[in-house]
Amino acid sequence: MLAPTSREGRPGARPGRGPSRLLLLAAFLVLVPVALPIVSLVGTVLANLGELDSVLSWERLLELSARSVLLVATVTATALVIGTSLAWVLVRTDLPGRRLWSVAVALPLAIPSYVLALTLLAFSGPRGLFQDFAGIELPVFDGFFGAWLALSLSTFPYVFLLTAESFRSIDPSLEEAARGLGASPTRVFLTITLPQLRPALGAGALLSGLYALSDFGAVSLMRYDTFTRAIYAQYAGRLDRTPAATLSILLIVLALAFIWGEQRSRGRGELWSRTVRRPAPTHILTMLGRAGSRIWLSLVVVTGVVLPACVLVAWVARGVAAGSIVEFDWGALGGTLLVSALAATVATVFAIPVAILTVRHPGRIATWVDRLVGVTYSLPHITVALAVLVFTLAWLRPLYQGIGVLVVAYAAVFLSQAAGAATSALRTVNPNLEEASRGLGHSSAATLVRVTLPLIWRGLLAGAALVFLTTVKELPITLLLRPTGLDTLAVRVWSAAGELFYANAAMSALLLVLVSVIPAYLLVIKPRAVRA
Amino acid sequence: MEVPADMMRLVASLLALILVLGACASADDDTLTIYSGRGEELVGPVIERFEEETGITVEVRYGDSAELAATLLAEGEDSPADVFFAQDPASLGSVAAAGLFERLDDDILSLVDPRFSDAGGEWIGISGRVRVVAYDTSLVDPSTFPADEDGFTDGAWANRVAIAPTNGSFLTFVAAKIVLDGEEATLAWLEGMAANNAPTYPKNSAIIAAIDEGQVEAGLVNHYYRMRFAAESPDTVVANHFFDSESAGGLVMPAGVGVIGSSDAAVQFVEYLLSEESQRYFAETTFEYPLIGAVEADPGLTPLSELPQPDFDLSDLAGLLDRATELVAEAGLL
Repeated sequence: MLAPTSREGRPGARPGRGPSRLLLLAAFLVLVPVALPIVSLVGTVLANLGELDSVLSWERLLELSARSVLLVATVTATALVIGTSLAWVLVRTDLPGRRLWSVAVALPLAIPSYVLALTLLAFSGPRGLFQDFAGIELPVFDGFFGAWLALSLSTFPYVFLLTAESFRSIDPSLEEAARGLGASPTRVFLTITLPQLRPALGAGALLSGLYALSDFGAVSLMRYDTFTRAIYAQYAGRLDRTPAATLSILLIVLALAFIWGEQRSRGRGELWSRTVRRPAPTHILTMLGRAGSRIWLSLVVVTGVVLPACVLVAWVARGVAAGSIVEFDWGALGGTLLVSALAATVATVFAIPVAILTVRHPGRIATWVDRLVGVTYSLPHITVALAVLVFTLAWLRPLYQGIGVLVVAYAAVFLSQAAGAATSALRTVNPNLEEASRGLGHSSAATLVRVTLPLIWRGLLAGAALVFLTTVKELPITLLLRPTGLDTLAVRVWSAAGELFYANAAMSALLLVLVSVIPAYLLVIKPRAVRA
Repeated sequence: MEVPADMMRLVASLLALILVLGACASADDDTLTIYSGRGEELVGPVIERFEEETGITVEVRYGDSAELAATLLAEGEDSPADVFFAQDPASLGSVAAAGLFERLDDDILSLVDPRFSDAGGEWIGISGRVRVVAYDTSLVDPSTFPADEDGFTDGAWANRVAIAPTNGSFLTFVAAKIVLDGEEATLAWLEGMAANNAPTYPKNSAIIAAIDEGQVEAGLVNHYYRMRFAAESPDTVVANHFFDSESAGGLVMPAGVGVIGSSDAAVQFVEYLLSEESQRYFAETTFEYPLIGAVEADPGLTPLSELPQPDFDLSDLAGLLDRATELVAEAGLL
């Protein structure tokens, strides 16, 4: 999320006016489900302070922290490099077929990290599929390398989508001026373009890094021990919830440090000028540039989409050849579409007060709201699911195992994505328009509906698409909180793969990717629709 | 502008829909609700047949056995579940310890050898699974295997034998080892495996896949995974080795079922699982050991009666699950 931390001189801030009571109330209501898991963890630990020493040794804790930090740092850096470079090629150059490429590079978002890990493992190694086809033995893609590869591939699209949007909307006049004054292209990029991309890069880094921190599926299959794996092990192996809660608190500290670092590094000034809204100049690629761009794009798309898809198809084929009956699970497909669409909608509604608070009323409250949203996003999903389950049983029994609780839990966890997109969109709206509306006698609510929402709804749609793509692959929350009998494709993949029904698992995973083409397409064509 | 008004209406109606759906989520009383820690691929067909034959509507909540047990404990007395069908005795035991199961009738309990059910009659075994060593036939000569799991801490096996230390069936085995060999010996064994750098995987299925793909030579798993895997990959190099000793490493662990609250349909379901038809399904399709006398196990398997088994009470395992996890953590495997 892109919350400015300084109080004065922010474009978009409304100096002199605190947030209205209605806004604070709305933000508070949204933050109840967001804060619930954190409060529950702290509560569990405080209630059992005496037993804290017995979880894991200090050396092991340090080791796990170091491994988590290493993974998050390298995944974030890789996602930034891949995402930004692809965004530049696909937004700022004249490479043919940019729209198709853009959909393709957004697709890895929809592949669950455990499926990506399974397919990478099956592809590599002494008897992997690559060995079968090419006769060349690759080393096994496991351990740190495997976890880094799988998570980089599943998170770089966040950076890509956010920076692509930024590349489209930053004011080209500064770059033109710099170039006119004789600066080299490299210098222009480093001193003019990069600082303007800074908010998008920060938001992308948070979405990628914190996702990597929360991931269990890829790291466990890749056999790379992290904090999250240790937390899952405690949940799986004991009825006592205190050890898992204690470890989760340490994870929260790691997440806060990461978020704090991002907030600190934002700097005070902002180069965004929002008065001009015209497309940035297109960079004409040389033959060599074109070839290089195509190779880079192909490498990413092949590793992140084509390769996993081929392995999945191979599994389906192998199962069918051995006589397995492979079926399309239409019920699970319907369930996936239903819960993902609802989660995207609710997360987007939640994002509106959060975005208004961060953009229009920057300050201490906004900064902490941002941190809270980010921390919950970084938690292992089992932690969130259990907190919501226990809370619902105690206080909202009639809603227990209802789809409402499930959807609110998704929305609370993935709010970071929706709020990030909403915040960026709201920054582009001149607050004077809203002031004028209020000056003309409209209430704040009427102003929101008549002025603000019409101006930012495409940004909201982008956030909704991100949440949709992340929800389709969600597993732990779905397993624990779904209504009995409701199936999703992610659940089918997990259950079939766990019992070694690979053909069925692969078919469900392929359906999952197919379902995700539509929101990925929406994300990518959105800015063109604005211009048209 | 018209767009936002439409959008607001859309959002409002979706939110309303969620609340309505949420309100009518609780299932009505006529349906039988099963919490199944066993996968839909495995038991879905059995449940469908049960519905066809009895006309009872069944709702199934599939999940991980340990997570479902935790869910049941959180739900307590008024759980929506009528039946808990679990992978392992430990999950069943924790639910039994919380007093949530109804004691089963003696004529049902008498269908199964008492060593595969709860001593107090709280839950009953449905199908048997044996802890084995799965191995790569192209890399390992099975005659070199030690007599029991203790031999794998020998330096000769360093880096070669995979385990799934966070998996329910592995933890149940560790709990059994605590009962049989004591805590000290169990911890020493776990530390030996850790010192031997035993590759750790999240679950049995991942170990089988890794052996098949040549990434590890052998692993401690349940017997039926290899057979399930071979159903889709007939030419796999993975084979099973059964320990020929009365150790925890060759334990027969039943998947089992318990009834929550008083429901005739639930009892009918338990009876159906123990019918010849279902037991034959488990023997032939999921390659597990049927637990009623009338049905034979897969001919490729060592018969249940010929597997040397340590003598102990499965009900003892449940309370030891947390201790098992602690020991696994202490040995540095978490």
